[in-house]
Amino acid sequence: MATMVTSTKKVTNKGIGSGGNFPGPNGKKPGGNGFHGGGSEDPSKRKFSPAAYRITMWMVLAAIVMMFGALSVAYAYVMVSEEQRSPVPMPRMFFVSTALILVSSATFQRAKRSLQQDRARAYLRWLLVTLGLGIAFVVSQLVGWRELSRAGVYFSGHPRSTFFYLATALHGGHLLGGIGLVFYLVMRRLRPLWPLHAEKNTAWTRVVGLYWHAMDGIWIWLFALLLIFK
Amino acid sequence: MGRVLAVIIWIITLLSVLLFVSGKWWFPAAISEHAPALDRQFLITILVVGISFAAAQIGLGWMVWKYRDTGSSSDRAIYSHGSNRLEVLWTVITAVIFISLAVMGQSVWASLRLHDAPAGSYTVEVVAQQFQWNFHYAGKDNKFGRTDPKFIDDGTLNFIGIDATDPAAADDSVTSALAIPVNRPVELRLRSKDVIHNFWVPQLRFKQDLVPGMEIKVHFTANKVGKYELACAELCGQLHFKMKSYMLVLPEEEIQALQAMPQEQFQAKMAELLQKYPLPTYQ
Amino acid sequence: MSAETHEGVHRHPAPTSFIRKYIFSVDHKVIGIQYIMLALAAVVVGMAMSLLMRLNLSWPGTHWPILATLFPTGAPEGVMTPEFYLSLVTMHGTIMVFFVLTTAPQGGFGNYFLPIQIGAEDMAFPVLNMLSFWVTLVGFIVILLAIFVEGNQSLGEAFSALGPSFAGGSGTVGPIGGWTGYAPLSALGKVAGPGQGAGMNLWVISIAIFCVGSLLGALNFITTLLNMRTKGMSLMRMPLTCWAWFTTAVLALLSFPVLLGGGILLLLDRIAGTSFFIPSGLYVSGLLSGTNPNFPLHTGGSPILWQHLFWFFGHPEVYIAILPGMGATSHILATFARKPVFGYRAMVFAIFAIGLLGFFVWGHHMFISGMSPYSAIAFSVLTLSIGVPSAVKTFNWLGTLWGARIRFTTAMLFALGFVSLFVAGGITGLILGQTSLDLAMHDTYIVTAHFHLVMGVASIFGMFAALYFWFPKMFGRLMNEGLGRVHFWLTFIGVYTIFVPMHIMGIVGMPRRYSSFGEYEFLKTLHPLVLLVSIAAVITILAQVIFYFNVFWSIFKGKKAGDNPWEATTLEWTTTTPPPHDNFAGVLPTVYHGPYEFAVPGAPNDYVMQTDLGAEVPSGNGHNGHKH
Repeated sequence: MATMVTSTKKVTNKGIGSGGNFPGPNGKKPGGNGFHGGGSEDPSKRKFSPAAYRITMWMVLAAIVMMFGALSVAYAYVMVSEEQRSPVPMPRMFFVSTALILVSSATFQRAKRSLQQDRARAYLRWLLVTLGLGIAFVVSQLVGWRELSRAGVYFSGHPRSTFFYLATALHGGHLLGGIGLVFYLVMRRLRPLWPLHAEKNTAWTRVVGLYWHAMDGIWIWLFALLLIFK
Repeated sequence: MGRVLAVIIWIITLLSVLLFVSGKWWFPAAISEHAPALDRQFLITILVVGISFAAAQIGLGWMVWKYRDTGSSSDRAIYSHGSNRLEVLWTVITAVIFISLAVMGQSVWASLRLHDAPAGSYTVEVVAQQFQWNFHYAGKDNKFGRTDPKFIDDGTLNFIGIDATDPAAADDSVTSALAIPVNRPVELRLRSKDVIHNFWVPQLRFKQDLVPGMEIKVHFTANKVGKYELACAELCGQLHFKMKSYMLVLPEEEIQALQAMPQEQFQAKMAELLQKYPLPTYQ
Repeated sequence: MSAETHEGVHRHPAPTSFIRKYIFSVDHKVIGIQYIMLALAAVVVGMAMSLLMRLNLSWPGTHWPILATLFPTGAPEGVMTPEFYLSLVTMHGTIMVFFVLTTAPQGGFGNYFLPIQIGAEDMAFPVLNMLSFWVTLVGFIVILLAIFVEGNQSLGEAFSALGPSFAGGSGTVGPIGGWTGYAPLSALGKVAGPGQGAGMNLWVISIAIFCVGSLLGALNFITTLLNMRTKGMSLMRMPLTCWAWFTTAVLALLSFPVLLGGGILLLLDRIAGTSFFIPSGLYVSGLLSGTNPNFPLHTGGSPILWQHLFWFFGHPEVYIAILPGMGATSHILATFARKPVFGYRAMVFAIFAIGLLGFFVWGHHMFISGMSPYSAIAFSVLTLSIGVPSAVKTFNWLGTLWGARIRFTTAMLFALGFVSLFVAGGITGLILGQTSLDLAMHDTYIVTAHFHLVMGVASIFGMFAALYFWFPKMFGRLMNEGLGRVHFWLTFIGVYTIFVPMHIMGIVGMPRRYSSFGEYEFLKTLHPLVLLVSIAAVITILAQVIFYFNVFWSIFKGKKAGDNPWEATTLEWTTTTPPPHDNFAGVLPTVYHGPYEFAVPGAPNDYVMQTDLGAEVPSGNGHNGHKH
């Protein structure tokens, strides 16, 4: 047994430093990855950590993607094993939805850039535009549902028709969450003490942006899925 | 304490191994062509399993016996963080053993499942329903009559929905027990009317789910005449434990005679054969 | 978390009111204890159900007057109906897997000790943490409701007002479907027989709620571990427990959404007339689909789809149950062996390998489901390769014991028991993972024996070890060692006596989930073994009374414990007992050493705590040492 005791060294403060040099989970240098405590900080304050928000949002998105992934696989599985297919026509309104949500992602990016450039009014304006587009998206989905039911496609019955409603409803529900988050950004912006929390504002805008773009991506994915397997 | 634990672990190991090697309880005698190969693979696997189990438990017992704290405060444990050479060694050894077992473990499966039933197989359609087996035989014309769920009528005992207007159905028979020829490949076409069931004859060493909405074709060859119990091995509801039938493995000429009979005679003859053949004796 | 709580990122002050302190607490330590209490309550229900099942199996037809009193419809004249038995099977499995094996190891011990072991003052999102417990508790209440809705006639009728699929009162203790709830039996509704009404709806709803609770917990674990480690706590200085909880959280994060998705589809099939898992042309209980209002038209679904969705979750779930036990075992073995963990790095890689491979083997539950025989072969080979990291863990545990100075505390006994049981239960996976052998073994008692030993009993032994080990830190008092030993000996011998004979039953061919074996001649020879198992089960379950007494007696009357009663090295033993509200009384510790520096040559004691600044340890920061 080649045991490893070959040399010992006095653990000094230098030694501690080498422990701290471990690259953080976000690949940033130490300090930015949440190594806190000690030092001269006020021990009664917990350091604000943008990384915590970012990591959590990525994890939330991973979970959401897994769920939509499972539903997509379920849909594709049922459709592929179907012998004779009777395709459901894609509601025309869903093309409009697609355009709306793509544009809304772009407008959110404008808002984010405005924040980076410290243009607070433009930030608010683009947030409101994004919010409007998000609401318009949800409305367009509901109109699309009416189109479907007029075409005789109902929720119950064959999975092919159910999936049109289920996918849009679940995605719509998640998008409503996104609308709530954008609304929260607007509310933050309207607070009098807004400029004092620049670090938090940036962090919040970044994670909401992640979520918003992810909802955009998931819609494109579902839309493509419904177009391909009809 | 360490010595007590070691002895108990060793006793448990010994008794467990004895229970397996006693041979008092084991597989029922096999009656299918693929079963000897399967039983051999099982024996190889359980030898590997048994040796690994015993070695690990004996080793664990030895460690707790030998390295118990004897109370002398002067000596300490060996200071070691491990050995990469050992890690590599035992990773490679277990990988080789386990992957070899995995590869060997596919042969019976491959011989049964990766190709269709050979030509000239005797074909029976099996339609399971909650707590009852239905076996559909093609009759003289060797053609199964068309079935459709809409013709199912429990009142007229048309359990599987045979379409009476189909000429191929005229000579078909449906029974509640399975009769197959000996030493000839048998193809089963498995379907279910309601929920998932499972076709299980222990002596055949053979199981397959019957899934509603699917027709699953499987095949095997039985090689010993006799009567065997047939069970459902997938939870199917309230009376799952009673979903029982029999499988008769008959000489070819008896099967030919049955196949030529009209439904009522077929059923009467089946009842007679079920009386005639005893179950295997279990010690 | 609301915006207000975030705005000022002050450390939240210790609450003073009883309700904020013990009920709606955001303190991870209180939440951890709440999870453990939930598991302790749920396991009583689950064990009682297994006891009833054993009564029915080994003394068939015997009249038990007490059963007739307790369950007048489920056991008229004291003899259980088959549907009553099957509902016991279902509820036992569901409660044990979800509310015991998933809550205690991760939500319980993980919640309590992960933040302390990495030197954080709380979880990243304390309110989210509280929510995850309360959501889980709601899930548990819903599953309990299933018992009463099916068991109580008038409650069942009240529920049927919610719709035809909600009719209850079938005289059972819940739905019939096993913990796997295979469709279409679970999807068809009341038409498929007793136990398919309200109870099944509540079962699906309960599991969906449980998924949400677990997801919230998993988010918190991952963020906390990645972001809140204290100074010097590099990833490779974390205790192996933290690695296990982290991997478990990742598994939960990626597998529970799939079950949630599947659960939504199943519920829609049941209550909204959709057909994801129900194919066309079914004929059930004398009714053709679409010809009767009680059985609406279904078309186009696939029963196997449910199995794919379920097992994609279900297999990682097995590792969710056992990985924390592995972590605790490594931790406790090192502590009482007074020796560093052998092959720390290999242990970390093995945990990760098990977690990763766990996502690609779900098909081994489905060899004979009608799935493609080629994919069965791929799943089979992957399944047996998961045995390699499992074996690596076992070798390293034995390596840790080699050359040790073992102190046989109760915690250590249970940790050693874990190793023994993990080997005994896991090794038969080599049999069940082979496609050919599965033709004979599928759904027989050898499967029951295998998973009970490895994911049930071994996991529980890991939790027993963890509780005896950490109890003094949690409650400030030691558990009684004498009672603990009696508990260990009875349980250790008991579980082997229960589950080893079950392998033999499986070889003979005894199918699972049968309420009676009297119908089959080939099973009659097994009766002595069935009887032996039942007697052992009764004794083992009674032995748990000692455990419960020990827990509750020790909370109030146990011997007072110091800060570090086991002379252990990790951060939870550096703080006071029990830890203050913010874990380290305002000063977060700084870590200088690996987690298991025992028997360091030249050190004054035989252990060097992670925070011990002055100690000399060999270079290499407590890793394998291959750097030399």
